[in-house]
Amino acid sequence: MADSAAAAPTKAPPQGVHAALPHDSAARHVAGSAVYIDDMPEPVGLLHVAFGLSDRAHARITRMDLSAVRAAPGVVLVISAEDIPGENDVSPVIHDDRLFADGEVYCVGQSLFAVAATSLAAARAAAAKAVVEYEDLPAAIDIAAARAIDLTIEASQRMARGDAQAALAASPRRVQGKFAIGGQDHFYLEGQIALATPREDGDVHVWSSTQHPTEVQHLIARVLGKPDHCVTVEVRRMGGGFGGKETQASLFAATAALVAVKTGRPAKARPDRDEDMVMTGKRHDFEAVYDVGFDEEGRLTSLSLALSSRCGATTDLSPAINDRAMFHADNAYYLPAVEILSHRFRTHTVSNTAFRGFGGPQGMLAIERIMDAVAADLGLDPLELRRRNLYGGEGRNLTPYHQVVEDNVAPQLIEELAASCDYAARRREIEAFNRASTVLKKGIALTPVKFGVSFTTTHLNQAGALIHLYADGSIMLNHGGTEMGQGLNTKVAQIVAQAFQVDIARVKITSTVTDKVPNTSATAASSGADLNGMAALNAAETIKARLVDFAAAKWGVAQADVAFTPDGVRVGGQTLAFEAFVRQAYLARISLSATGFYATPKIHYDRATHTGRPFYYFAYGAACSEVLIDTLTGEMKVTRADILHDVGKSLNPALDLGQIEGGFIQGMGWLTTEELVFDAQGRLRTHAPSTYKIPTCGDRPAHLDVRLWKAGRNVEATVHRSKAVGEPPLMLAISVHSAITHAVASVGDHKVFPQLDAPATPEAILMACEDVRRRARDV
Amino acid sequence: MGGVIRFWLDGEVQEVRGANPTTTLLEHLRGPMRRTGTKEGCAEGDCGSCTVLVGEADGDGVAWRAVNSCIQFLPMLHGKALMTVESLGARAGCDQALHPVQQAMVDKHGSQCGFCTPGIVMSLYSRAVGAKGADAPVGEVLAGNLCRCTGYGPIIEVAQGVEAEAPPAVDLSAVSDETMLRLTFEDEIHGVTRTWLAPRSLEELAEAYLAHPDATIVAGATDVGLWVTKQRRALPTLISLSEVAELKTLEETPEGLRIGAGVRYVDALDAISALYPDLGLMMRRLGSTQVRNSGTIGGNIANGSPIGDMPPALIAAGARLVLRRGPERRELALEDFFLAYGQQDRRPGELVEAVFAPRLDAGRLFKVFKLSKRFDQDISAVCGAFSLAIEGGVVTDARIAFGGMAGTPKRALACEATLTGQPWTEATIEAAMAALDTDYTPMSDMRASAAYRALAARNMLRKVFLETEGVEARVTPESAHG
Repeated sequence: MADSAAAAPTKAPPQGVHAALPHDSAARHVAGSAVYIDDMPEPVGLLHVAFGLSDRAHARITRMDLSAVRAAPGVVLVISAEDIPGENDVSPVIHDDRLFADGEVYCVGQSLFAVAATSLAAARAAAAKAVVEYEDLPAAIDIAAARAIDLTIEASQRMARGDAQAALAASPRRVQGKFAIGGQDHFYLEGQIALATPREDGDVHVWSSTQHPTEVQHLIARVLGKPDHCVTVEVRRMGGGFGGKETQASLFAATAALVAVKTGRPAKARPDRDEDMVMTGKRHDFEAVYDVGFDEEGRLTSLSLALSSRCGATTDLSPAINDRAMFHADNAYYLPAVEILSHRFRTHTVSNTAFRGFGGPQGMLAIERIMDAVAADLGLDPLELRRRNLYGGEGRNLTPYHQVVEDNVAPQLIEELAASCDYAARRREIEAFNRASTVLKKGIALTPVKFGVSFTTTHLNQAGALIHLYADGSIMLNHGGTEMGQGLNTKVAQIVAQAFQVDIARVKITSTVTDKVPNTSATAASSGADLNGMAALNAAETIKARLVDFAAAKWGVAQADVAFTPDGVRVGGQTLAFEAFVRQAYLARISLSATGFYATPKIHYDRATHTGRPFYYFAYGAACSEVLIDTLTGEMKVTRADILHDVGKSLNPALDLGQIEGGFIQGMGWLTTEELVFDAQGRLRTHAPSTYKIPTCGDRPAHLDVRLWKAGRNVEATVHRSKAVGEPPLMLAISVHSAITHAVASVGDHKVFPQLDAPATPEAILMACEDVRRRARDV
Repeated sequence: MGGVIRFWLDGEVQEVRGANPTTTLLEHLRGPMRRTGTKEGCAEGDCGSCTVLVGEADGDGVAWRAVNSCIQFLPMLHGKALMTVESLGARAGCDQALHPVQQAMVDKHGSQCGFCTPGIVMSLYSRAVGAKGADAPVGEVLAGNLCRCTGYGPIIEVAQGVEAEAPPAVDLSAVSDETMLRLTFEDEIHGVTRTWLAPRSLEELAEAYLAHPDATIVAGATDVGLWVTKQRRALPTLISLSEVAELKTLEETPEGLRIGAGVRYVDALDAISALYPDLGLMMRRLGSTQVRNSGTIGGNIANGSPIGDMPPALIAAGARLVLRRGPERRELALEDFFLAYGQQDRRPGELVEAVFAPRLDAGRLFKVFKLSKRFDQDISAVCGAFSLAIEGGVVTDARIAFGGMAGTPKRALACEATLTGQPWTEATIEAAMAALDTDYTPMSDMRASAAYRALAARNMLRKVFLETEGVEARVTPESAHG
């Protein structure tokens, strides 16, 4: 079959969409030649930046003597609030994040000043020489303390449909409960970093490890007191982001830029791991209080849910994050009458921020725990209870925010997975095991995920791209999305290769830079490929349309007789090699460069009433996890997990599987071993991997079966009918928490519902076991 | 006089003059050498992004080990060989032919953001070339390489398929040295003159320490490395143990095992596993392969940490410590070494020379439990060790020690007394569990609450009992270590 390729002139390009191509940087990753910002050759005269940090949660600065810092060896510049030419602010929305403290500190780890020196060691040693005196002010470290003094970042929000209280009063059965959900550090392997180079006229170019180059550009300009066009921000790749480099990169980038502009020398700001963890925000920790009504069959009649979160010292993205928690407090279930209250507490801790799922995971964990609680109350299999409450057709398809669920595939996913992973039989086996085993207990749970895709702040749902087709037929691709490991650049390149029907090697993936594509949104909300893929496709289609017009005119054929094929461009009866065709177009003076733009259709939202259609569509998945716990120590092992996930028609199955598996394990970390501990003074005690434990390879279940749902196809007209995949899989790990609950409940023969907070550390599990033993005795 | 650090890298001798002795190998690679494939993820030896292979003379050959370059001081490389991610495959300008483990990582989609990847590649490569500890189950070999993106599946698959190959031939003669390495450096930033001494015999070492009793002793630097990278201490004088061959010996006698203070975990694993199987299992979770390749049991003891995992186990086993000061030696029971939090029975200029671990009487029960938030590579909340003689259903002798329950590793004397002479029954156990509350008043910190520590410690004793009754009472990590 050596000549089979020649015999099949209409073959699809093997590297277009739906192909399982490796990440575009994979060969460089493994060789160590993929360049991250700290790997770049250091420019001559480079200054290194270190920060002086607050060690108080809330205090007035009564004295800040930086003379010893200035006098330290190697120091070139020391800057603090009064040295900022523009606005002392690096916040995304509300103007309340100081670049440097201005008289008062609002959390431990807040930056007080920066020192630039000729070496990193010199800068760090100099920063330690500051003399800072404080007058402590009352500090609220956690949710309870903030609630006690009603300290919030904004008014509490209410999302409701129907009369939840009346429906509760009329419910045949009711269960109340309360539990806590921990936060999570992003623990991107590459920490925050920025490298700024001064340009003429006081302008500056900044390499920043950020998911949001446009915002970093804007905030640098604001700090410098200049228009945005003076600042260029560039990102080739990040060593992980997960939301932690959406707003949190600005402080480092703005400081490096300020040093560069003030000294005329390049400057690099790179906190070490501990500084990074202390200085930057995390996933919000939550408290959930519920009162749920249901009938004897387990159908929910009403839910009243109050969510409280620790937002930290400033607003950051907390309003939208807490909104998304509310949006996901239904998960895949129809709630006939519902009231969700959301309290957003301001605390004197580092300002919490975006993290994969963006509040969704906390809301979803709440409702899944409620499902377990109701099932426990009725003595039902929790999966059966979940089935009875899923969204359905007319009359059972309206969300608490009045969006109609039009693409519900959760029931099919659940049934397929329950069958393929043999849920029912395994649950019976586990119950038999638990009756026979005294110390070790097993648990199993199958939970769905329904995740709304779109930025809920509607105007952010836009993207741009820029494509240059060079006269030799090579393609330069640029778009507003950033690469943090998710493979966005690969997917967008596949889309462009597909559009031109060329080998992907023809498409050069370049860094994301604000002077090529302006006014971009963050690569966040799982939207990267949806938005930028479509923008790039539109750019490609613009160029193609010009080429078709050109070819039709030049060769005198109908436009319909011009086609891009894997063998070249077919014009009437002849097929020209792609590069020869492009060369002809160039000679004919056809513009071979185009921008593309995309704005998500259909979406709208009224935040005042919390109603509308915030989401273009929903992404779905389901996971079944099995765990083994030690009821004498609380140690736990996830022994098996089976996942079925809907990515629509996958743009790249290999990358999508990687996102699902990685998201699941990251979510498992959030719910099990990853525990953030702040002490009474507001100091983070878990600020390095020695004390903050993300999953390691042994934590991966021995049996982990991850599948893309074969029937998946987005009902909305997304790029090639794909679905977003970045965030939704994280919430598949809720099945792990639910399975642990099942295992713990067996200690009391399922007579009582375990009080199990997240993360379910060994301590939390053991204490829950003790509690169940005690309460079960009294039943 | 030395003053020059020499090491082998990719067939060439590297010479470094005038370096600050507390420069880490990682800083040297990423800075002056511009080998930026090796990454800094945490600068404390916990994430593995900086993993490199170091080769040292081993008999007639060279033994390779994966280590965390972020907490290796550059002079520790003197006389050794180095491989970094850039050493793999064939390189010409910007093009690189990938090594099979690298190609497999590409083919299996083993990288996402790519930042941890070079370190993972080096751990995989260490398996290919038969580096120390790299023949262990995959979970153990990779436990020290954190990845935040992939969920590890593809990486594990690659690790399972790694094919053996010979490491590159290395001639260490061009970098080895017969004289003591001495380095001095004017550290303007800290305002100190820093000295590095690497004695080549036990006698030289003992003399050097007597002459510089304020010096910091460095063995594997898995702890001292952090004093520099995290605590940014000045450390004016450092004395390295790593060239003292006598300290690296394991001596098996009919009475037990003498472990030199310079013996690294990985080198002691087999002998200790033979002596105390349960401790061997625990050691596989202690630190990571990279840490066990550098860290020493002597260092774990000498630092006097209340949460070191070796002391409670060795105290329960009845280990004795050999201390050396100048020409003098003295011996004491290991538990007597730990006086109070941060305070050990060690005089100025006195160093730990060896620990002697006695062979247990036949039939003696010896169990170790390590409790931590994460199973692998995590510091214990509580570590309990139990050595019990049970004859005719009666406890005739008990040695029990815990870490994480007090300011030092400490014996549970009240608990031991409650057990001794009593029948091995549930009632005895209940009483002995209660006695632990007399022995310890644990504290709360970020690893665990006092209440959890106390309860878990009591429950460990119950587990000892249940296991003797044949009850399955451990969550075994089959996926990680099976």
